[in-house]
Order: sequence, then structure tokens, then C-alpha cells
Amino acid sequence: MTQISRDDVQHLAQLSSLQLSDDEADGLRVDLDNIVNYIHQLSELDTTGVEPTYQVTDLQNVWRDDVVDDYGLTGQALVKLAPDAVENQIKVPKVL
Amino acid sequence: MSKIADYLNQSAVENVKQAIAKARQNESYHALLSLTETRALERAAKVDNGLIGGRLKGVPFVVKDNFLAFGAPTTAASKMLENFNAPLQATAVEKLEAEGAICIGKANLDAFAHGGSTENSAFGPTKNAFDQTRVAGGSSGGSAVVTALDIVPFALGSDTGGSIREPASFNGVYGIKPSYGTVSRYGVVAMASSTDTIGCFTTNAADAELVMSIMSGRDPKDMTTLPDFFAPTAVKPSQRIGLVKDFMSEGVEPEVRDRTNEYVAKLRAAGHTVEEVELPMAKYALAVYYIVVPAEVSSNLARYDGVRYGHRAEAVKTLAELYGRSRDEGFVTENKRRIMIGSYVLSSGFFDAYYLQAQKARTLLVNEFDQLFTDYDALIGPVAPMPAFALGANTADPIKMYLADIMTVPASLAGLPAISVPAGKTSAGLPVGVQLIGKRRADAQLLALAKSLECDEVKN
Repeated sequence: MTQISRDDVQHLAQLSSLQLSDDEADGLRVDLDNIVNYIHQLSELDTTGVEPTYQVTDLQNVWRDDVVDDYGLTGQALVKLAPDAVENQIKVPKVL
Repeated sequence: MSKIADYLNQSAVENVKQAIAKARQNESYHALLSLTETRALERAAKVDNGLIGGRLKGVPFVVKDNFLAFGAPTTAASKMLENFNAPLQATAVEKLEAEGAICIGKANLDAFAHGGSTENSAFGPTKNAFDQTRVAGGSSGGSAVVTALDIVPFALGSDTGGSIREPASFNGVYGIKPSYGTVSRYGVVAMASSTDTIGCFTTNAADAELVMSIMSGRDPKDMTTLPDFFAPTAVKPSQRIGLVKDFMSEGVEPEVRDRTNEYVAKLRAAGHTVEEVELPMAKYALAVYYIVVPAEVSSNLARYDGVRYGHRAEAVKTLAELYGRSRDEGFVTENKRRIMIGSYVLSSGFFDAYYLQAQKARTLLVNEFDQLFTDYDALIGPVAPMPAFALGANTADPIKMYLADIMTVPASLAGLPAISVPAGKTSAGLPVGVQLIGKRRADAQLLALAKSLECDEVKN
């Protein structure tokens, strides 16, 4: 049962912002196909009237006061993490 | 049998020097990606001078390298974060340091914690502590191995679907995955936010109690944390314990079942009642997991775009190329698999059939657990269907690799505490762990039960 085509892989790669090499795309097509076939077994379960579980904390909304907290970080420390920066601003390649 | 206690009354500088020397002697295991030697020695000197004290005064430890910590880059074992120097520390690390503990290094893992063998590390696999031709388990493989090799008395890991329990089982140490929300995830590289938990590896239950009681509690920086409920406790006598039949099937290696049955016999000898119970949804749990987790992974890993931090591809000409090539170069294949499966199950046309169906199936699984816990104090079964497998044995077949998680993902999806307890070895000398699963927030009770049965430690 083949569900994932080469076009599907390219579409999923695009949705995922991944520019794959052809070799890797071929390998991933087979892997994704196997994984989708495996997870497809859930279709045999009757879940009529069952509510989904998105989280398991029992917590409802968790509120905090609306005050600024810099978490002990400066803007400078964060800009320093960027691959390239000029005068405390993140520098990106020209793409236009 | 606390090992941490042995470190408390010694010079912190000596503790750190010895741990680092032992780490260097054991480099062939590739358990550590970096040592934080300079910072560790500075902190140790402060401890020895009485400037820092606490319940872990001068005790060296290791963190999985997806914890933000000072002293070395936080790589998540990926090219994406290879040069990422964290501007802050994880809350868990801060809490341990506030009690005098000293981080000496950062442990190897599957890149971004995606995997069950540590073979997905961008920097090469970690070897099993008992057999260097076998996997360490994963994704917290390095943390398990440094604990098993006695380099440090405890190490931190993260467990999203078994990433603490499985390597603990493979290396003969204790591993605790606490109830969801017990320990703050602030400052830990996010994988799947609805099941990510922080726990530890130790060589005995008492040390796990101590480390967990320090790390637990509400953190305003992680809104999913619960008010602190973790308090070491005495073992409850005459417990009713369910042996999960679905975890003892033909697919589980006979020697793993044997070690589990022997542990069951010990529970009975200690006055507890053990009965077989059924968890019919267990067989669907892995499919649920490999829908829910990739969905969350695809969202959480969207932040790595080559712009603000992390790897950036060179000589790009378009914005799509900047994102696409930075991500292609920064992620390992398993990261890409999970991101793309996530994109698939969340995409229009498939959302209801996969993602929504999985979350409904998750409800059925949670309900089965809840039902069992009205009658039973704890559940027991093996951690994994097999002991540590050979390096390379499962790398070509992702489904085969995922199947190692089949008995650990159910507790993750339900947010339940679960621990891996050493239960002896196979005839080939490989450790086997049993898994104890408890009610939500029964973490301390599980550790108390394990402690009461503590046997001769599995020796290397």
C-alpha cells in the first residue's frame, strides 16, 4: 500500500521548509510511506463520541500579572547568538 | 545505598577533578560531547571556600546536551546548534546549582532527542556501558552511560516517549520519568510539548528521590508546571500491583520476561499482591505517539530558520533557500522524518484522519489507565522488549527503531510517572530494566516501592 509519492515528499518538504537532496528525498519517501502505513492502523479504532486529549496537566488557564520580565536577558546577549550581526542588529543575507 | 552521600563530605575540587579524569579515561564510550571543566573548577573552589552550599554540596553531575547550561555549547547533538552558547540556564540546572551541585559536562543524545539509541547524534553514537558493540539506548544515552560508568552519581535527561527509561534499562541504572508537569522544562530544547518531561539517572532510588525533590515544583517560566507535590515517602505496605499482560507478549524477549517475572516474585515476597491486568489500548499507543509527537515536533522545530540563532547556510539567494538549506544542513535525517510526518498528519485533508483520531485514541488510553488505577497502586512490565541491541542493527528501518519504545510511550501519552529499575541481566551479561508506572503525582510512591526492593546493584 503506497501512499506517499515523490511529489508528496516534495510538497511535505516545502511545508516543512526543508530543501532536500534527491537522494535523501528518495530515502525519506520510503520511510514516510512505511510510517504512514504503520500509523494508519488507528483507522480501525471506533472513536465515535470520544473527546480528544490535547494535554494531560489538568490545569486550566494559568494567569500571571501583566508585567514585563526580561528573564535576566539583554537584547545584546540575544543578538550575539545570531549568525551575523551589525551594531546590535541581526544581519541577514540579501534575498531580494 | 546513596552514592551522592559519598561525595558530600569531600573536597568539591577533588570531586570534580576525579569525575573529569574518569570522563577522560572513558572517552571511548563517547558518552560526553563536552566537559565544562573551567567553570566546574571555579564553582568547586567556591563550594570549598564555603560560598556555595546545600543538599548537593560539591556533587558533580552531567546534563544531557539539550539542557541550556553554561560552560560549553548546548548542541542538542545537532549541527544546527553546534556553536550555540546558551545565554541562560535551564531551571532544573539552576535549582541543582543552588544546592551546591556542579555540572562537569554535557552528554550525548540523539539529535534534538529524536531516537532510541543515540545513533542519531550528529557527532556519532554513544556505546553501551556493558558492551561497546551495542547501543546506549536513547535518546538520553550519554546520561545513562556516565551514570553506569560511575563518572558522576547522577545525570539529567529528558523523556518524551521513553528517552530516560530505555537507556536506563540498557545500562543497568535507575531512570525516572516523572508525572507530566513535575519539573520545569524552561531552558530545555523543546521536542513535543505535551509529553516532554525532565528526570534523572541514578544508581539507586534514594539518590533519585533527592534529585527529584530539588528539581520539582512550579516555575513561572513554564506554565505547565504543577505546584510542588514531590516528597519522599515511606513505602505503602500490601500494595495491589497490576502486571500488564500486553507488555509480556511473544514479541518481548524471553529473558526480559524472565527478569520481569523475577521482580514480580520479589514484590509478592515483600507482601504485595500482583495480578495480571489488561491494557488493550497499549497496542495502539505507538501509532498515537508517532502522530502526536511528530505533529508537535514539526511545530517546535519551526523556530530553527537560520536567522536568529543556530546554523545558517552560506551563499543563499532566496528566503526559501535560506530556510530550506539551513534546515537541511542543520538537521539529521530522523529530525526531517519527524518534521515531515508532522506536516503530513497536520495538513488539511489528513488532520481528522490522523491527528484528531490520535488524540481521541489518546483519550481511550488515558481512560484505561484511570480505570486500572481505581483498583491498583502501580503497574509493572518490562521497559523495552529487548536488551541493548547492536550498533547499526535498526538504523536502516525507522519502524524497527520505534518499536523499542512500544512499552514506554503509553505512560508518556497519559502523563504518568514511570521509572526504570535495574532487574538483573541476560545470560549474555546485558542489563534488563523493569518499568513501574504509577498514578499521576505518585512519583515518590513509585520510588519508595523501588527502594524497598533494592537489590544488589547491577555491577559493570
